[in-house]
Amino acid sequence: MLTKEQAGDVFDRIKRLSTGDEVEVLFSGGRFALTRFANNTIHQNVAEENHVVSVRSVFSGRTARAFTNKFDEESLRQVVRSAESLAKVQHPDADLLPMPDARSAGGTGESPVPTPSVPSRYFQQTAGITPEERAEGVKKIVGVAEQHKLTTAGVYSSAESIDGIFNSRGLSRWHTQTSAEISITMLGGDSSGWQKANSPDVADLDPLRLAEVAAQKALDSARPREIPAGKYTVILEPAAVLDIVGFMFWDYAGMAILDQRSFLSGRIGTKLFGENITIWDDAAHPLQAGCPFDGEGVRRQKVSLVENGIVERVVYARATAQRMKRSEHKDKVGPIEATGHGFALPNEMGEMPQNIVFAPVGDPKTIEQMIASTERGVLVTRLWYIREVEPFEKMLTGMTRDGTFYVENGRVQGGVRNFRFNESLIHMLSNVESMSVPARSCGEESFDMVVPAMKVKDFNFTEVTKF
Amino acid sequence: MKHVAHWALNVAALRGASYADVRVVAQRSRALTTKSGKVGSASDAESVGMSVRAIVGGAWGFAASAELGRGAVEATAAQAVEIARASARVKREDVRLAPEKAAVAEWNTPYKIDPFTVSVEQNIELLLKIDAELRSVAGITLAETNLNFNREEQWFVSSEGADIHQTKLSTGAGYAAYAFAGNEIQKRSYPNSYGGQWQNKGYELIEELKLVENARRIGEEAVALHGADQCPEGKFDIILDSSQLGLQIHESVGHPIELDRVLGMEANFAGTSFLTIDKLRKLRYGSEMVNVVADARQEHGPGLGSFGFDDEGVAAQCTPIISNGLFTGYLSSRETAHTIGENRSGGTLRAEGWNRLPMIRMTNVSLLPGEKPLSLEQLIAGTDHGILLQTNRSWSIDDKRYNFQFGCEIGWEIKGGKRVRMVKNPSYSGITTEFWNSLDAICSRDEWTLWGTPNCGKGQPQQVMGTGHGAAPSRFRGIKVGTAFKS
Repeated sequence: MLTKEQAGDVFDRIKRLSTGDEVEVLFSGGRFALTRFANNTIHQNVAEENHVVSVRSVFSGRTARAFTNKFDEESLRQVVRSAESLAKVQHPDADLLPMPDARSAGGTGESPVPTPSVPSRYFQQTAGITPEERAEGVKKIVGVAEQHKLTTAGVYSSAESIDGIFNSRGLSRWHTQTSAEISITMLGGDSSGWQKANSPDVADLDPLRLAEVAAQKALDSARPREIPAGKYTVILEPAAVLDIVGFMFWDYAGMAILDQRSFLSGRIGTKLFGENITIWDDAAHPLQAGCPFDGEGVRRQKVSLVENGIVERVVYARATAQRMKRSEHKDKVGPIEATGHGFALPNEMGEMPQNIVFAPVGDPKTIEQMIASTERGVLVTRLWYIREVEPFEKMLTGMTRDGTFYVENGRVQGGVRNFRFNESLIHMLSNVESMSVPARSCGEESFDMVVPAMKVKDFNFTEVTKF
Repeated sequence: MKHVAHWALNVAALRGASYADVRVVAQRSRALTTKSGKVGSASDAESVGMSVRAIVGGAWGFAASAELGRGAVEATAAQAVEIARASARVKREDVRLAPEKAAVAEWNTPYKIDPFTVSVEQNIELLLKIDAELRSVAGITLAETNLNFNREEQWFVSSEGADIHQTKLSTGAGYAAYAFAGNEIQKRSYPNSYGGQWQNKGYELIEELKLVENARRIGEEAVALHGADQCPEGKFDIILDSSQLGLQIHESVGHPIELDRVLGMEANFAGTSFLTIDKLRKLRYGSEMVNVVADARQEHGPGLGSFGFDDEGVAAQCTPIISNGLFTGYLSSRETAHTIGENRSGGTLRAEGWNRLPMIRMTNVSLLPGEKPLSLEQLIAGTDHGILLQTNRSWSIDDKRYNFQFGCEIGWEIKGGKRVRMVKNPSYSGITTEFWNSLDAICSRDEWTLWGTPNCGKGQPQQVMGTGHGAAPSRFRGIKVGTAFKS
């Protein structure tokens, strides 16, 4: 694993090779290993180590970036040359700001990351997981499958990674993190169940429990019957919630407003969702993971995006904030300041909140309580292949998958064939009847979040598939 | 680089691998974008590394490293062996590889102009010219353009004696115009959405695409969509343009025929397939007119799925997938071929890069053109009442690949053989085999385009791969239209 000291040496070498007005160097990568299983056997088992260095050069308002994964002198010379020759032929960008120093990027720049406000996300036990330990974990999962006469497929992965940034104005940031992830599908003859969890600390993961829950879903959804498409009360488990709501957070960006591609255009400050919806972006939240600084090294701030259904504001990279302050939108978008959510420059998208936390409600309900209070509805384990159908009403389509159940008179009545939905996120988040306590959750369509399960009325299922 | 590969092979053999292969890969890419009059991003990237795939005790191990020094390479080979031994702890049966004659070969993507030799200034000038054309249309609120060039050089050696040096080159370009007004965002793209057209070609592709010449029309259509009627809802005959049909093939033929999906190997993420092995040579996949091949050979065209050899050293082949409507073939690998009674791999195993395990990927999965001369205009003229849908806007399909829904950027209602009005937000949906059995007309070769899909995701960790899909505009009878917007 690349250390901060080694990265600092690489940065010094790059700085000496650079002829630009400014230079910025990003480091990323680490070690990653994944054991994959299917048909109750390990069929793929991989490991890799890779680090990438990228150099951004600036000449008189012109900037560009080049990447390499080679750290020898000639490769560094070449990557600097590539970045500089690309930068020199750009048109000057009036919006390009000088690189931030440690003071303007927040924090002292010398303080180690994680800072006291960000919990440690590096765990030695996770970093040290061996192929044998992952195989033993898989063996337990396969054992559960065999006990229930099911077939299982999934992954058990572990990683340790670094993110670092150094620039010629003296800023240096470094973040190390570990992560472990288990995802399990249990397959019956005509049904399936799924569970997935991840954490920086492998001790938080319980493969047996995940396997048992996934298996139970497969067993309970066997012999699915077809019920007609239509509007149903749905109980979305947290993975289903995060996968669908994740599609709106690209729009919570100053650049998206300036580009007029955000569904929040003209809607900031208005009540767009139900009173019970409050959403933050908070990289320091104890259930969150990831890097506490952005693509320019600016520390990520906690930002209130939605408060009691009212869209409060969006996030900003440094240059986007400056542009917004000069724009026609400036009086209609709430607070405007760099919030530490920018992507590495240069880029077209600007910024995005990526540490989403849904606020807990005063009277949380468990999924069991939601089921018990439902006269007629559908319990959804996960959603799949979600795509945007219409961007301004944020209408999305997708499928249910791996455990879809009919609920009637407060009880689960067995599995049903999977549905296609076409549903507006604005409509959905205005119809949330109850929520569970938010939990760290992961899916496949969006990034990890701290989200609750939700009971939503009038969710629009438009078609039924064949299984 | 070959010596690097042999260091790894030797260690794998010494440590007990019954089979091993090594790939040393050097990738280079350039990406340029503009957005509303400015360069959006400009980047060059290189990535070099090697990986070892080894079978020990009948199970697979894989390890990869960016370090190409002898010590690191040998350690990586040893790690692959160690991982394979761990895999063997949870196995049911030994891996069986279909026999393959060890190839010793050199192969390169044919091209006329190396895109990396074209100056960045010239490329930016082109993109900004397109951008200016798009934004010259009143009502365009956002314009985006992109140019992408990729080169991948690979040395492949195996313990069976294969020794293949292969260099692939691809080029991509496209643009999109957005119009925001009232409560609506409309968009038009050219030559295709989500990155445009991509092929295994040099810079000559850029010259063929007539990018500037089409920009004003695209901008005007994006604005005009605001004044268009909503696409009607109901059952219609539909005509898909070739790019949308390319994606339809990708999702509802290309993915279901991946044998690893069929065998359950992708069940946790990408899903499985309705095309269980009992359906081979029995299922009527489509109407008599439907002929689909998976063809990785250069003679099929410069698709993103064209190559000399796949990433386990099997030569490019053409596999009939649907023959006169009958389902006749899968995409297979050396490990999976025996499950369908084949004694040779179909040659479809590919990896995103040096650090990823090769897996079954679509090559060029193409619908062959109609044999009788038929242009798009003639097809429209022969349609009494229908909807022509152009350029994908959204796509979604279930995890067994039965139920799909696609949205397109623009539609045209056809009445009495003529386009009578533009319609906005067109979408259609259906069940895969019902849909392909409703096909009753395919335009001929001069309307056929080999489209590139540069962003196909599959696997854990996920790998992005380019695939090719040849298609000519085609007509499907009695398809559900507009369900997505039904309130």
